[in-house]
Amino acid sequence: MNFKLKDIVPQLITVIAVVLVFGFFTYNAQINMENRGIDFGYGFLSQESSFDVQFSLIEYDGSHSYFRAYLVGLLNTILVSVIGIIIATILGVIVGIARLSPNYLINKFAAFYVEFFRNIPLLLQIFFWYFAALRALPLPQDAEAMFGVFFLTIKGLYVPAFIWQNFDIFFYSIIAAIISIIIIRAHAKKVQENQGKQIPVFLISIGLIFILPLLSFLIGGVSLSFEVPVLKQLATTSFIYEGGVSLPPELIALTLSLSLYTATFIAECVRAGIQGVGKGQKEAAASIGLTPNQVLKLVIMPQALRIIIPPTTNQYLNLTKNSSLAAAIAYPDLVLVFAGTALMQTGKAIEIVSITMFTYLTLSISISILMNWYNKKIAIQEK
Amino acid sequence: MFKYLKQLTSLVAMVAVLFTFTTESMAAKKSKTLKNTQKKGFVRCGVSQGLPGFSNADAAGNWTGVDVDVCRAVAAAVLGDANKVKFTPLSAKERFTALTSGEIDILSRNTTWTLSRDADIGLTFVGVNFYDGQGFMVRKSSGITSTSQFKDGISACTNIGTTTELNMRDFFNSKGISYEPVAFEKADEVVAAYDAGRCDTYTTDKSGLAAQRTKMKNPDEHIVLPETISKEPLGPVVRQGDAVWEDIVRWSLNTMIEAEEYGITSSNADMMKTSDNPAIKRLVGAEGELGAAFGLDNDWSLRIIKQVGNYGESYKRNIADTGILPDRGPNQLWTKGGILYVPPAR
Repeated sequence: MNFKLKDIVPQLITVIAVVLVFGFFTYNAQINMENRGIDFGYGFLSQESSFDVQFSLIEYDGSHSYFRAYLVGLLNTILVSVIGIIIATILGVIVGIARLSPNYLINKFAAFYVEFFRNIPLLLQIFFWYFAALRALPLPQDAEAMFGVFFLTIKGLYVPAFIWQNFDIFFYSIIAAIISIIIIRAHAKKVQENQGKQIPVFLISIGLIFILPLLSFLIGGVSLSFEVPVLKQLATTSFIYEGGVSLPPELIALTLSLSLYTATFIAECVRAGIQGVGKGQKEAAASIGLTPNQVLKLVIMPQALRIIIPPTTNQYLNLTKNSSLAAAIAYPDLVLVFAGTALMQTGKAIEIVSITMFTYLTLSISISILMNWYNKKIAIQEK
Repeated sequence: MFKYLKQLTSLVAMVAVLFTFTTESMAAKKSKTLKNTQKKGFVRCGVSQGLPGFSNADAAGNWTGVDVDVCRAVAAAVLGDANKVKFTPLSAKERFTALTSGEIDILSRNTTWTLSRDADIGLTFVGVNFYDGQGFMVRKSSGITSTSQFKDGISACTNIGTTTELNMRDFFNSKGISYEPVAFEKADEVVAAYDAGRCDTYTTDKSGLAAQRTKMKNPDEHIVLPETISKEPLGPVVRQGDAVWEDIVRWSLNTMIEAEEYGITSSNADMMKTSDNPAIKRLVGAEGELGAAFGLDNDWSLRIIKQVGNYGESYKRNIADTGILPDRGPNQLWTKGGILYVPPAR
């Protein structure tokens, strides 16, 4: 009995204190808002937003609702986070492995990169890429074409647009290729387990992923043409490119700075993970005749990943949350569009900030759940 | 036990926050901004993050500008010293929250008076200290001399959280021009981006354009187009619910304008006490009991005129002499062809 009481009482006090504090804040906020004539409510979400956004993945203009503006901001945040996470992961893994390279030059260069980029505040890096690096780009009329079709200018990167015919057939052919690769891999594993024979899965996979889509072009009636951006004059010294797809410099600067910054931390996670695997493991693997590639793939990496994944999850979360610094350089993310413009135009501070906080919370928790699932999947399975 | 120490500390911190919150809300309930201000000994004033002519800090941290002068006038009236002002630089996005949450007591930050702001978000506009309108700035070399030369695909740099974003959309929509809005949080970044060539045009209030032009690398390379696409009456704002404070701020501003109308300046204010004109005598506190209505002494308006000057002096000092907008345009007295017209102080 005594033991139980000791357990419960502090918990109870904590719960009551938390409830009281939150209750008090809510009550106080209500009273204050009433006194100052501020209404509380989420009705504004369906009202016409009447402001435009520079860059949007879904169709949007000022005649759409504030909710739609919220979606625009959310999708832009997700876009920059996903691209950032992919680039940061690839770069981080390469640099992390490079730091362990016996090659002095590669090793030191990777170390320099990590120390340089992780020790400068992210906001400064964003400003650097946006105001210093990207500003050094030419005006549209002075831009030299890269490969004849890409134009990197101060107003953004202009790339050719793909114009597909029978895109669905092409899409299905890729799906078919992926499915057959999965089947072949499963089959190869079985064959190896039963007969010890190895099937060159990698080569077959590469072949499939190229041949099937190619067939869709040859006999499936799929065709692809490009719409190349063309220079258009707006005024004597003012030009833009028309046609094609334009990536705003804000997006480029933000992705670049976020991934360069986060990659340094991921690189350290990767290095720690690989170094965390006992030397004996590597030597044992080599002694049974595995090639260095096989040692890395079959022995080192599966063990290293268990060390790498949890801290890397943190970095993914950081990157997603750091993307809110976008507001500083006019990239229309959730904070700029919704917690910025929409908040100002409606004055619904509490509502909008609470929605924004809840959204980031949901995003972060989703990433966490996904990574925890992956972590569990690769964890040691006791047999 | 040690386990709960951490929780205990956070609890203490929460309670501390709680107490500050309580005192704040009670002051608001009794509507005693004036009392609070006198107790603190300074006026809490929200200004811009740097807009020459309106509110701008020099290297030593001294604020100047016509918006700043409104707060100084209130400080002179309420505390007797125009320098007893604590300025809080705010972005367009933060300004209303800072005011409604009680962080500042006057928002004097080139803020446009609109119906929805006045009615919706717990604010009260007390008057207009600058009549403005939204315009466009372009590079001279572009050859554009009128907004009618704007073409599809034009990119426009501006600030978020302002009426500018809405006016811009209305304007381009009505002309049927597709445009790329590039909206930054801070004015300095808008200017930097436009100056670097990111945008073809920079749009905000014309006074703002004129002021920001002086910050550019080479001001002569840019021109402000003649068209005005909106009405932007800029003025000081207070929290809703404190009528006395609202009146003090309104009449501090009105005093400056009316003083100019009657030719009372910071240098001749004392002599005007013996004037024959009762309106003048009332303004310098030599007749009537005008201050009593606000709970102030009778010299409140004299102090404003002596320490801050009349509206004309403030305009000349901050906007005309700095080369921002030498021509007063609509911000001239009604007696001289402008639209500055304030109710009589009597």
